[in-house]
Amino acid sequence: MLKLALMIIARDVRLSMRHGSASTLVVGFFIMVVTMFPFAIGPEQNILQRISVGVIWVAALLSCLLSLDRMFQTDYEDGSLDQFVLSPVPLELVVVAKCIAHWLTTSLPLIAIAPLLGVMMNLPAEGFLPLIYVMLLGTPALSFIGGIGASLTVTLRRGGVLLSLLILPLYIPVLIFGVLAVKATIGGYPAMAHIMLLCGFTLFSAAIAPWAAAAAIRSGLQ
Amino acid sequence: MDFSVSDILRSHNLACIRGDKPIFSGLEFELPPGRALVLRGANGSGKSSLMKIIAGLLSAEQGRLSLNGEEVLGDKDWISRNICYLAHKNGMKPEMTVAENLRFWAGMEHHDGDIRKEAEKIGIDHCLDLPVCYLSSGQARRAALTRVLCHPGRIWLLDEPTVGLDAAGVALLAGLMNHHLERGGRILAATHIELGLNAAKSSILNVSDYAFRLTPAFDEEPLC
Repeated sequence: MLKLALMIIARDVRLSMRHGSASTLVVGFFIMVVTMFPFAIGPEQNILQRISVGVIWVAALLSCLLSLDRMFQTDYEDGSLDQFVLSPVPLELVVVAKCIAHWLTTSLPLIAIAPLLGVMMNLPAEGFLPLIYVMLLGTPALSFIGGIGASLTVTLRRGGVLLSLLILPLYIPVLIFGVLAVKATIGGYPAMAHIMLLCGFTLFSAAIAPWAAAAAIRSGLQ
Repeated sequence: MDFSVSDILRSHNLACIRGDKPIFSGLEFELPPGRALVLRGANGSGKSSLMKIIAGLLSAEQGRLSLNGEEVLGDKDWISRNICYLAHKNGMKPEMTVAENLRFWAGMEHHDGDIRKEAEKIGIDHCLDLPVCYLSSGQARRAALTRVLCHPGRIWLLDEPTVGLDAAGVALLAGLMNHHLERGGRILAATHIELGLNAAKSSILNVSDYAFRLTPAFDEEPLC
């Protein structure tokens, strides 16, 4: 079972690398969105500092959306999704593997580039490590919840916008606790409660996404 | 590889509705081992829908599909062990090479067939290391057929298997399908051309005969 999941993850990561543009595009978009804020708000360091964590998180959520619609769409278009449904591999496992692959190809590059944007947004020095840790804990939820949305819109020709409307409200808990956790650490307050709630949400999404998305795919193919 | 199953796959009164439009109803067929059933019928008569129903991708509105008295319609476990479905689409990733695609599906479908040997049979072995996006549509179809040849399932559902194939390809495929029948496999194929199957081992099912008709006007509505 694990071997099959690893095969699907390896395949999707390889496809994303061969495709090339996908991850680069997402990271480029992430950088562009964050860069807009100093231009729009002005270079006052204390204001930038105050909004830095929030802006980085919001930009990460939006960038994550960019690549979501392709999660199952390409497999649907070339017929691979039918074969996955027919194969002995449980569809739930396929969904988990594809969500993990999405996280590896989208969120991981975002997390890697986030400290750089932190510098630009005047993030306090003690905030860099917490930002990375909290993003590592919170972004898997983006891929899992996104997987549900992607599976619901897989058979729609222009599902991208609908997908954003469906999914963004569900991202709000990640945003709230992700930002609070980092800010609490910077301010020297206990952040454990926020981190635990964030982890809880990530685990919750990981637990429901496979079943919900697999059911959505099965009914979508009808 | 020899297949020992000696029972008949039977459909009873199958009906299919897509959206609001009834496609066919009361469809009956029998498929013993070593036999082929060639589906014919006008466009939109439900050949592909019938295959998708058997493959469990679509749910039938009513009816049963039984093998040796056991209901197999929508039985995921039975389907994944016995059915090999080749759809219109090839299920190949354009960015990956033919061999990578085939190896991936070999892993997913739990078999370790010799990909190169099977590819030789359908004349695509020289393209194994090429990305699928460089192949012509006929070559891509041959690559997809290689997956069918490697597949452990003994019931082949082939939806227009010859699309894009040249005359030599069609002849090769006919030989391979006849070989599959000889070793006791079953084939359900939708096609508009002559497949070259052994006439003694194949029968024809005209899906149009089971078309659901209410009024003439009903028929003229577009499918979707």
